[in-house]
Amino acid sequence: MNSDSLLVAKGISKGFPGVKALSNVDFSLRKGEIHSLMGENGAGKSTLIKVLTGILKKDQGQIYLENSLISPASAEEAKRLGISTVYQEVNLCENLSVAENIYIGREPKKNGRIDWKEMYRKAEVLLKEKLNIEIDVKRTLSSYSTAIQQMTAIAKAVDTSSGVLILDEPTSSLDKSEVQKLFEVMKNLKSRGMGIIFVSHFLDQVFEISDRITVLRNGQLIGEYQTSLLTRNELVSKMIGKEWIEPLLSQKKHAANISKKNFLMVKGLEKKGSMNPVHLSIKKGEVLGLAGLLGSGRTETAKLLFGIDASDNGTLVIENEKIHSMNPKLAIEKGLGFCPEDRKTEGIVGELTIRENMMLALQSKRGIFNYIPLKEQKKIAEKYIKLLNIKTPDMEEKIENLSGGNQQKVILSRWLATNPSLLIMDEPTRGVDIGSKLEIRKLILDLAAEGVSILFISAELEEVAACCDRVIVLRDRYQIGQLEGEKISVKNILELISEGAGVVESVHD
Amino acid sequence: MKKISHRINENNIIIIATLFLIVLLYGYGSLSFTGFLSMQVFLNLFIDNAYLIIIATGMAFVIITGGIDLSVASFVAFVSIITASLLEHGLHAYLVILLTLLLGIIFGAGQGYLIFRFQLHPWIVTLAGMFLARGLCYLISTESVEITDNTFMFLSDYKLYVMGENYISIGVVLSIIFVAAAIYLSKYTSFGRYVYAVGGNVSSARLMGLPVGKTTIMVYTLSGFSSALGGFVFTVYMQSGYALHLMGMEMDAIAACVIGGILLTGGAGYLIGPVLGVLSMGMIQTIIMFQGTLSSWWTKIVVGFLLFLFILLQRLIVIRRGKKRMHSIADLHTDSASTKQHASIS
Ligand SMILES: Nc1ncnc2c1ncn2[C@@H]1O[C@H](COP(=O)(O)OP(=O)(O)OP(=O)(O)O)[C@@H](O)[C@H]1O
Ligand SMILES: [Mg+2]
Repeated sequence: MNSDSLLVAKGISKGFPGVKALSNVDFSLRKGEIHSLMGENGAGKSTLIKVLTGILKKDQGQIYLENSLISPASAEEAKRLGISTVYQEVNLCENLSVAENIYIGREPKKNGRIDWKEMYRKAEVLLKEKLNIEIDVKRTLSSYSTAIQQMTAIAKAVDTSSGVLILDEPTSSLDKSEVQKLFEVMKNLKSRGMGIIFVSHFLDQVFEISDRITVLRNGQLIGEYQTSLLTRNELVSKMIGKEWIEPLLSQKKHAANISKKNFLMVKGLEKKGSMNPVHLSIKKGEVLGLAGLLGSGRTETAKLLFGIDASDNGTLVIENEKIHSMNPKLAIEKGLGFCPEDRKTEGIVGELTIRENMMLALQSKRGIFNYIPLKEQKKIAEKYIKLLNIKTPDMEEKIENLSGGNQQKVILSRWLATNPSLLIMDEPTRGVDIGSKLEIRKLILDLAAEGVSILFISAELEEVAACCDRVIVLRDRYQIGQLEGEKISVKNILELISEGAGVVESVHD
Repeated sequence: MKKISHRINENNIIIIATLFLIVLLYGYGSLSFTGFLSMQVFLNLFIDNAYLIIIATGMAFVIITGGIDLSVASFVAFVSIITASLLEHGLHAYLVILLTLLLGIIFGAGQGYLIFRFQLHPWIVTLAGMFLARGLCYLISTESVEITDNTFMFLSDYKLYVMGENYISIGVVLSIIFVAAAIYLSKYTSFGRYVYAVGGNVSSARLMGLPVGKTTIMVYTLSGFSSALGGFVFTVYMQSGYALHLMGMEMDAIAACVIGGILLTGGAGYLIGPVLGVLSMGMIQTIIMFQGTLSSWWTKIVVGFLLFLFILLQRLIVIRRGKKRMHSIADLHTDSASTKQHASIS
């Protein structure tokens, strides 16, 4: 151990029933560095972080902070030691205001009483200066999107950190510009001698920001590397444990398979205050992308199609049949599937097992009196666990015990299992590791080849460009344009978005 | 109009509904019965319910953390009987009061400790506490014990005159101070805010590094203290100790909280709520008293009906809240400048 080591873990082991999540892992964070923790879904990254911050009790090992032994028994204690953390799932209280979430436990006080005015002011300044977001900080957190919640959590952690900052997939729901803001903040903290642990499945981000990388695989330490001496392929090879060569993205689209017939057609569908009129159609076997920035109306559009939000206006036609008022149950009957963006509140049922979670949509499609035989359930579950490489000791494990990325895969399986004619996927690869991401992309293309229509939403424009036959671009809740075939590229999408400012304004006039 | 609708939001809609209910009941009573409009009738509402105001307010903290305290009524009976018998044995009145308050704190802290330390369900622990306290009452005496202590007689007869002929009791003064302190506690101290955080999402509160254990123990301690204080006020009011006092009053306290807009799921509600809940229940009782022919059980029926209505209202709010995860445009600052930046990054 030397003088610039900040947080050092030695020989950490942690087991859960049926899983050895960490075995004899060493980790060392130095002062003034950004250190990425890499590994596949379920490799043990979040577990290591939770052990370091006292949320989970380690079975074995020691932790040193600035060369002195510590053993935090709670987040409270870790916080006192100067370690602040953003955990993988946003962990704030939705019933409190944004400002309070940031300052709870260290509220500004005047004469011994909480000074609310000052708290609101400070929160506004913090969010504006650090992350360039301007929102009403008095409103409850529940009224904001996942992205805002994630940024609130980041702002809080950044503001409280004094020695060590830990960020477990903080960027999973953020757009490029927000990520850049975060990186600026991180670099600034680094220059002040802080140590930062960063987890992300976006390789670009990891290579851009980190000085050093520690790789875990199956709970084992594979090694610690200098980022500058590592290539992408080398890194991924270490993560998955076999030779990896990044496939070229050109193996895409079988435009020939797209039928001439529309599966779904929408004219002027809108919901006041949420989404302005959308016009779109999806052919059988077509992959249609929705692209846009945060808050551009991607998710809102998907929710209108699936009937989660009722539209005030417009027509929706599915296979030549006009649907008057869409609702999720009807949507499932008509062969639609919707894989939601926010797995924690709209997706998983934590108390149920993996198999049960996978069956939910299929059961509802078949009707509750048409019970799916256990044998069939097991067959389906087995299939998807294998197909998507879901890491679990058993299909009867509670889904809440899975790692974040693996939960996402279960939700995806839930909808794949219904054999939908149109699958709406809202950020299907959020938090999923690179290997599985490509698996999912391949799966999408295969499904399309079989004649399934797909509506694909992703903040990762590379992914949109790679998978889609056609892309509709949104901005500020307006549909502003469309790209097709060869024209689809990240550059063109971004151009269209920035040109869209004019379109939006002209509508306003 | 816009301003008003802006002020009425889902957080205070129940409070406003309750206020409206009180005004409605008061209006109905004043129009229907002569003598109802008198100031003293109104003040009697406070005098008769001072103990309940204190207890419901203490309980509100517990409910906001997502818990419940079923032991409060039995503990009041326990306080009444232990006070009566200690006074009978010649102990000094102030010492007795101090002792019972201390007992309340210890009793509440004990329950809180069990709930937190062993992750027991508050229903179970406080149900046990309820039987225990009631059982202890019988151990001390099965008969009603009259209080003849001078200090207690004095406290009981003391009338604080407000606005001419009208008066309030010591109990009312205590309850007002208690409620004011509770409101302050909930809004202006860290402890108060932890209570809301724990009720909103315990695991998040833990991950945020908040003292979840301490907060849990503290709210039950507070509830224990408030039932002891309420017990004292009640004992002074009744001038007797009896094991059978206030059977089932814990439910009145819970009902007052619900009607006052404290969400049973935890995490929401204002501390002024329980008072309003108690007042509306008391108002119903007064009306039925004035009416004269109806049996007092009608109070229960009406309160039951009201509860049903308010729970429904709460449910609607929770459902609406779930739907309202709107991603409004104001969410994000996506002006054209930031878009250009996007383009240049990639
Ligand atoms: N509470 C728990 N009970 C049982 N098993 C658990 C629990 N928490 C984690 N695990 C298991 O431990 C392993 C490591 O999980 P962890 O969350 O650390 O993965 P991760 O590297 O963070 O993955 P991801 O990239 O998906 O977030 C997984 O196999 C997971 O199923
Ligand atoms: Mg994780």
